[in-house]
Amino acid sequence: MSGLLRDALVIARKDLALELRTKTGLGSALVFTALVLTVFNFGRDPTAVAALDLAPSILWVTFTFAAVLSLNRAFQLELENQAFEGLLVSPIDRRSLYLGKLFANLVFVGLVEAVGLPLFALFFNIPILHVLLPLAALIAVATVGFVAVGTLMSALVIRVRFAELMLPVLLLPFLIPPLVGAVQVTARLLAGRPLSEVSGWLRLLLAYDVVFVSLAALLFPATVDE
Amino acid sequence: MLWAEGVRHRFGAVPALDDVTFTLPAGHTLALFGPNGAGKTTLLKVLAGLIRPRAGRAGVEGGRGAIGWIGHQSLLYGQLTVRENLRFWGSLYGVRAPVLDARISGLAARLDLREHLDRRVSTLSRGQTQRAAIARALMHDPSVLLLDEPFTGLDRVAAGELANLVREFAGRGEGRATILVTHNVEEGTDLATDIGILKAGRLVELAPRNARNPEQVGARYRELVS
Amino acid sequence: MTLKTRGRSITLLGLLLLAGVYVRAIWFTPVERTQGGAQKIFYLHAPAAWSTLLAMGLVGLASILYLMMKDERFDRFAAASAEVGTAFACVMLTTGPLWGKPVWGTWWTWDARLTLTLFLFFLFIGYQLLRGAIAEPGTRARYAAVLGIFGMVLVPFIHLSVYLFRTLHPQPIVLKPSAPSLPGDMLATLLFSFLTFTVLYIGLVTQRYATGAGDAHVG
Repeated sequence: MSGLLRDALVIARKDLALELRTKTGLGSALVFTALVLTVFNFGRDPTAVAALDLAPSILWVTFTFAAVLSLNRAFQLELENQAFEGLLVSPIDRRSLYLGKLFANLVFVGLVEAVGLPLFALFFNIPILHVLLPLAALIAVATVGFVAVGTLMSALVIRVRFAELMLPVLLLPFLIPPLVGAVQVTARLLAGRPLSEVSGWLRLLLAYDVVFVSLAALLFPATVDE
Repeated sequence: MLWAEGVRHRFGAVPALDDVTFTLPAGHTLALFGPNGAGKTTLLKVLAGLIRPRAGRAGVEGGRGAIGWIGHQSLLYGQLTVRENLRFWGSLYGVRAPVLDARISGLAARLDLREHLDRRVSTLSRGQTQRAAIARALMHDPSVLLLDEPFTGLDRVAAGELANLVREFAGRGEGRATILVTHNVEEGTDLATDIGILKAGRLVELAPRNARNPEQVGARYRELVS
Repeated sequence: MTLKTRGRSITLLGLLLLAGVYVRAIWFTPVERTQGGAQKIFYLHAPAAWSTLLAMGLVGLASILYLMMKDERFDRFAAASAEVGTAFACVMLTTGPLWGKPVWGTWWTWDARLTLTLFLFFLFIGYQLLRGAIAEPGTRARYAAVLGIFGMVLVPFIHLSVYLFRTLHPQPIVLKPSAPSLPGDMLATLLFSFLTFTVLYIGLVTQRYATGAGDAHVG
């Protein structure tokens, strides 16, 4: 077990080192997030609907799009460097490869969200400091689900034409259940309502994470082994 | 030591390997010739565990961790330094911290890379990249070397340099079992202890080199393949 | 009798049964008090949704079996089931609004069954797009199988999401744990319709599977 995690961390660290060297990936994702938030601002009628009512949707739609865009890079990196073959010839467990990519993606998307959240609070004037901890925990739980499925799907589309379009088409149906849950819980948090009202949604989010991380780790070898 | 037993494989309806059986003991270098599409790369991939054949078995003593793989791609990450690449690949093959750095120094000395260790791979010349790729393959001191057309695209000088390196690291003194897949009958024969010819997936010839020169081997090849 | 002709006969049987369902629903089943004549489309609506779900479940099952045994026939079955599932989903998504408008006053509503079917439609389309985008048969089968299993596992989560969300759809009155609350005649028509759609599913998948064998050798 420790070997599995150790190899995964080696891979994750390598991916993040590469990302930091080039910087264009992270930079683009951050700018994209800011732009989407701006679009949302101008895409609504401020007199008709209060920002607080729309806030959860805006936040999560933005995060969803940013996540989907960020996920394409995971295996693109290998393709560009033509190093994929080397990873498969090495003795590491295929699941380590998946977990490593998953960790790296989580850090990447996490960074995007860490910048996106304060920006969101700023643009729409939403007070979040009083619920920052539970909100951050919620974002973490939902993001694990998004990224777990997204990492696997990105492996399915590496050699496909129009991968940037195929990935969202395949992935978005899977992101909707956790998205709905995240929006509901966020709405309750921002409105100061007790979380017991959304215990069902929280359980759905946690179950989703457990089921899909396991399934993805289980099935990932099928995407790389012939 | 490596072996194949009754290996058959096809891609969909296209046959690739047909009843391939042989054993290669340590210290031997097999030069494997054959026309395009004969199945040479497929055979290497089966030995490396990248492809599971439809029938038969093949393997390498010591498993995947004992294989040093050198293909067309350098399998190095351009944005990372030589040292970082070697550390990464070494870790994946289970080489731990103190041994890791010692081995990097040792290989850098043997391969004339000491001044380049902390330069990014994308800044290296072709020859330097080639030597770094060999270092990568040797980080874990493999008992088997699989080389897939490493002379592709090299001019005479570079090919000669590579041949010297292969002779040094694959030769009898090192005790490795090596398969060299190549179109270059000159270099291939020169380095080999055994000659193999693959045609349409069948191993039509496998014999010790027995002091034959490249012209003789070339003639035999044309005889069998035309 | 080849598989293709057998499939065709089953489909024909299914279509005949379907005509029977129409006849029975229109003339031999009482009109529902609150919703009127338009309610009768329910006898097509619900079973079509069921067939779509069946198709997805079988895609998932066939995918698992393919990954375990690498038998190409499972892959072909999964592909056939996905195509038939897409067709049924389209039927459902068009009859749903036809029922919705007179009964609820709107063309579309995010009720449980329509939402689930819409998701299944997206999943099937994605599945077929992925298949279409990969040329090598072995890779295509493996990747499709992975996607198929994922799709099947998503279904309970969709169901749960929709359940937690507010719905407009009448409570599922057939599959309640206690005795079904539909009066005898209506229940009989509904069950007959379920049977018909199952037969249609079997017939269409058999036909598609049989023609799929031809594709494999040409492509």
